[in-house]
Amino acid sequence: MSEPIKIRATLQGEITDIRILMQHPMETGQRKDPASGKVVPAHFIQTFLVSANGKPLVEGQTNTSVSRNPMLAFKARGLKAGDRLVVSWRDNKGEQRSDEAVVGAG
Amino acid sequence: MTKEQPMNATFTRRLFLRAGGASTALVALAAAGLLKPTRVLAAEWQRDAFTANTFAGALQAHGASASAESRDIVFSAPDIAENGAQVVIDIASNLPGSQTIAVFAEKNPMPLAASVRFANGALPQLRIPLKLAETMRVRAVVKTADGKTWHAQKEIRVTLGGCAG
Repeated sequence: MSEPIKIRATLQGEITDIRILMQHPMETGQRKDPASGKVVPAHFIQTFLVSANGKPLVEGQTNTSVSRNPMLAFKARGLKAGDRLVVSWRDNKGEQRSDEAVVGAG
Repeated sequence: MTKEQPMNATFTRRLFLRAGGASTALVALAAAGLLKPTRVLAAEWQRDAFTANTFAGALQAHGASASAESRDIVFSAPDIAENGAQVVIDIASNLPGSQTIAVFAEKNPMPLAASVRFANGALPQLRIPLKLAETMRVRAVVKTADGKTWHAQKEIRVTLGGCAG
């Protein structure tokens, strides 16, 4: 069961500052488990999508080089307080997660 | 997507992937109503580019072998990273018509770290944390609407590598 995506979107003048924390192990597939000595299989987010009011803002593709539990930051023009943001990701095992937030006044 | 059209959908996606930078093909598809904007954005993971295990191979698979250096891409990252597991980089493009930003970690086992597309008012900039295996160059590649590619890069010294931990 995946952990919720933490989303914070704050209006600052005309620009909305969007911060997203995707809780995910982002395993490279190259790391050995210190206890068993076995290689931990790759497990990482491959695609994510940030949309506002049903329209895509940011579409991303990621690889194992992205850090564990990555915090991403973006900026967007044209949003207003109360607009609905949806963030979703899908990983290499086909697991998915989607969460929502509302743009807050700065 | 309806169940009656699985072949059609797959065909469309393949066409889109093959079309690459061929904007005329995309325009034709869009005109035919086969490509909705959401589908263009929800692109599949670029397997060839992400699994390329050399810097040159990853750049080539991403279509960025011949990018020119640009001062209009602002690349902020630490000069020295004590912990290679979490190296935060900030990239902002001031190039007109910027559509995507890709990030390459030159000496990582698979150099292409991320590729991001911006639309509907999203500014062409991002902050993302990377794992860096050792001291290396990190390159940001920007694709603009005219089909050109540009880059900015920076060498980041890593004192403790980030791929083992």
